[in-house]
Amino acid sequence: MSITDEVVDYDEALAAYDPVLGLEVHVELNTATKMFCGCATGFGAEPNTQVCPVCLGLPGALPVVNEKGVEAAIRIGLALNCSIADWCRFARKNYFYPDMPKNFQTSQYDEPIAFDGYLDVELEDGSTYRVEIERAHMEEDTGKSLHVGGSTGRIQGAEYSLVDYNRAGIPLIEIVTKPLTGTGAKAPLVAKAYVAALRDLLKALNVSDVRMEQGSMRCDANVSIMPKGAEKFGTRTETKNVNSLRSVERAVRYEISRQAAVLNAGGSILQETRHWHEDTGVTTSGRPKSDADDYRYFPEPDLVPIAPSRAEVDRLRETLPEPPAQRRKRLQSAWGYSDLEMRDVVNAGAVDLIEQTVEAGASPAGARKWWSGELARRANAEGKTVSDFGVTPAHVAELDGLVKAGRLNDSMARQVMDGVIAGEGTPTQVADTRGLELVQDDSALEAAVDKVIAANEPIAAKVRDGKLNAAGALIGQVMKEMKGQADAAKARELILAKLAPDAS
Amino acid sequence: MTDIIHTSAADLADALAAKQLSSVEVTQAHLDRIAAVDGAVHAFLHVDAEGALATARAIDDRRAAGETLPALAGVPIAVKDVVATQGLPTTAGSKILQGWIPPYDATLVTRLKAAGMPILGKTNMDEFAMGSSTEHSAYGPTHNPWDLERIPGGSGGGSSAAVAAFEAPLAIGTDTGGSIRQPAAVTGTVGTKPTYGGVSRFGLIALASSLDQAGPCTRSVLDAALLHELIGGHDPMDSTSIDAPVPPVVEAARRGDVKGLRVGVITEVSGKGFQAGVRARFTESLDLLAELGAEIVEVSCPSFEKGLAAYYLILPSEASSNLAKFDAMRYGLRVGPEGVVAPSAEQVMAATRDAGFGDEVKRRIILGTYALSSGYYDAYYGQAQKVRTLIARDFAAAFEQVDVLVTPTAPTTAFKLGEKLDDPMAMYLNDVATIPANLAGVPGISIPNGLADEDGLPSGLQILAPATRDERLYQVGGALERALEAQWGAPLWTKAPRLEESR
Repeated sequence: MSITDEVVDYDEALAAYDPVLGLEVHVELNTATKMFCGCATGFGAEPNTQVCPVCLGLPGALPVVNEKGVEAAIRIGLALNCSIADWCRFARKNYFYPDMPKNFQTSQYDEPIAFDGYLDVELEDGSTYRVEIERAHMEEDTGKSLHVGGSTGRIQGAEYSLVDYNRAGIPLIEIVTKPLTGTGAKAPLVAKAYVAALRDLLKALNVSDVRMEQGSMRCDANVSIMPKGAEKFGTRTETKNVNSLRSVERAVRYEISRQAAVLNAGGSILQETRHWHEDTGVTTSGRPKSDADDYRYFPEPDLVPIAPSRAEVDRLRETLPEPPAQRRKRLQSAWGYSDLEMRDVVNAGAVDLIEQTVEAGASPAGARKWWSGELARRANAEGKTVSDFGVTPAHVAELDGLVKAGRLNDSMARQVMDGVIAGEGTPTQVADTRGLELVQDDSALEAAVDKVIAANEPIAAKVRDGKLNAAGALIGQVMKEMKGQADAAKARELILAKLAPDAS
Repeated sequence: MTDIIHTSAADLADALAAKQLSSVEVTQAHLDRIAAVDGAVHAFLHVDAEGALATARAIDDRRAAGETLPALAGVPIAVKDVVATQGLPTTAGSKILQGWIPPYDATLVTRLKAAGMPILGKTNMDEFAMGSSTEHSAYGPTHNPWDLERIPGGSGGGSSAAVAAFEAPLAIGTDTGGSIRQPAAVTGTVGTKPTYGGVSRFGLIALASSLDQAGPCTRSVLDAALLHELIGGHDPMDSTSIDAPVPPVVEAARRGDVKGLRVGVITEVSGKGFQAGVRARFTESLDLLAELGAEIVEVSCPSFEKGLAAYYLILPSEASSNLAKFDAMRYGLRVGPEGVVAPSAEQVMAATRDAGFGDEVKRRIILGTYALSSGYYDAYYGQAQKVRTLIARDFAAAFEQVDVLVTPTAPTTAFKLGEKLDDPMAMYLNDVATIPANLAGVPGISIPNGLADEDGLPSGLQILAPATRDERLYQVGGALERALEAQWGAPLWTKAPRLEESR
């Protein structure tokens, strides 16, 4: 078996084959406690400090369902336009693995809490694709193994392994799509757009942190291809843990190209799980997976069935937020942004921030300039997100206000933003401490203008002759003279007034 | 009071409350008895003399200070080793848990402690409660105090033997298919399996989650009711726990009245094929109930005959999953595979489970794994669940006609140690009369109803009631016990041979 597989050019692959996708997304809920016990769920705690007899699977311990977890599952189901089960049960999925304390995962099998839904996703080209949802079910997360020694961090070659059970028992919702067909060449984009739309939806529902880089949202991509026009799906592979939006797109694209190469060479696709490698952009073979994988599911006898009443489901329906796509359209129109501007705002993850900034009194244009301009640029450069800087919508609104009031010019405002990011206080405090303020005293400005005109008589003469463009050079010198703390527009006004043909 | 160990828990409680006895005296008397006879009986896997006496002293102090204490405060108790006890070894009779000390208490233990009851120690049992004789304990069998060559029943043979040998006035058992009632029958004691969900399962090392239920092992019906009332009731830590008050069991045991009550005899479990002496005592008990004013009615429960088969699919299925956690990764035994230099986790799991589980446990894990396998699930587990539904319907139909059902508890009196060890099917048949109650979740009690003529060993009568009507067990059991003891002139245990005391 070669380490690096052959691939064919993507366009070539798509000329001969139709891809079919199936996406399984696992979402960690942001409930305060675990799915079946009262342990805390915070990310990044010392290993094995958020554990108890229940989530450690100690002999005799019993699970109790977290009602908030069930509510979140139902709300997710409703937001995905699913039917909600009148009655459903948990089931045990039996297999041995050291990071799974009971050696079975409490999950749902043939009775999911939510089923038969859809999510309309908008692609980058503006077209829409309806992703059909097969089911959303509740389960618990496993612990995390850390393989020590060896070079890869994988279990192969490791000297020993450590297990952290803090994550064991954290509520998960697994959302499974029906096969996505008819996407053609857009398959990778559909996959990415779906995961992005799902992330936005879950964020709007406030049921999860949806941080793919922290693993609170994880995607497995099932990919198969079949000769163009065929109806019978090809053999699929399941690429595990594709943990960024960009990777979802890349992994699907890679699998299509890889599978096409295998079929072109007369080979057949092995049904298996594959690992995605972010760094090299390839998938490698994991373990063979067949439909005969036997998890010996049976109804969890330690838990009673979940039977949400219609009234309860209706109550939860009332709590659903406006669908993200609809909300974006509404805000774009209210703010008067172009499609391109709105897309930049969305990509910067700044919709909520701008909404709050505008509510705090900034103009939509001002808010956008900061969040999807200046701060997005900095975030990009530093590999962060705009919300990582500690800058609040109130800060931005205040800064926008200072500029509008003429206290700061653009360059000064950027310096103030530096100060806010550095933790020096609110924009007003930073401006005060750093002594940043446009000089409002006209006499100082006038003196500077006079000085500059006197020192640059040839240029002043040009202006007097009506070559107003020449004034730019003078303005630059006045600003220099004023150490930047002057309103350039006012300086220009003064210069032009003093050099007007009728002035003497 | 001179004879502490032969005194009932109810009388001990009264004497303690009246300050005629101290808890230290009562506890010490039982610890002395354990020291004297347990070498022969082997009812205990672990004795906690220090802890029990400390609790006893604390209770005596509180009583001396004038505090009002719970009814059973100061009365010592033994706990089956399948129940988690913080700080006390808990092995479930298995090598795989040798040395494991739970960091938490089962809910029922929390209630015993809150009631001020000294815990004498942990009692022997078939490994993970799989068996009807305690011969499957990894730590050697318990011996029946009526005849040390014979089995004390199982899986809770240790708890029943401890009570029968006067090593404890009370004990906690668990019953998945008869593990409280069958040992009670063959040791001449009382044992109750409450309604499923009546006593919290939190902290019980699970055998089969949908069948397991903890309950009292005692020498009298009233003692059983007192303990039942204490450990019963809702527990938010157990999702299958019934959210309702404990039925009025103590009042029913005291009242003990069957006048006008309809008592059903189940055609399919009426003693046919059972040992002659067991059948004879059963018939006499029916006559006695009729004399006391009960109406005896025959009812049919045709699905009961399939109960054993269904049970031996459901139990192993659930057990195969429940026992998966014993994998050497977090606690308990850890064994490396022989001749492997750097074994993988999976190899250590396999080697540990091979070394740590006994044959009966392995047999049932394999059976359950098979029954749940894809392609077999519907034929085995699925069918067994259907039988379970049918049995529940049989019970429902029977309880339309009668208030309680009665059967002989076990087909035979205590058999000889080793007699059925190599014949699993013969062993499984011991539970034929007790299993339907577990499958349907209804409560049952076994009370001693005499000695079989052919071997002079105790036989038991089982009383079954509709779910949540546990008080009827005590109402009928109390009445019958009183009438039987009037006939005998004394409790049955007075006829037991004296055990030799070693000092």
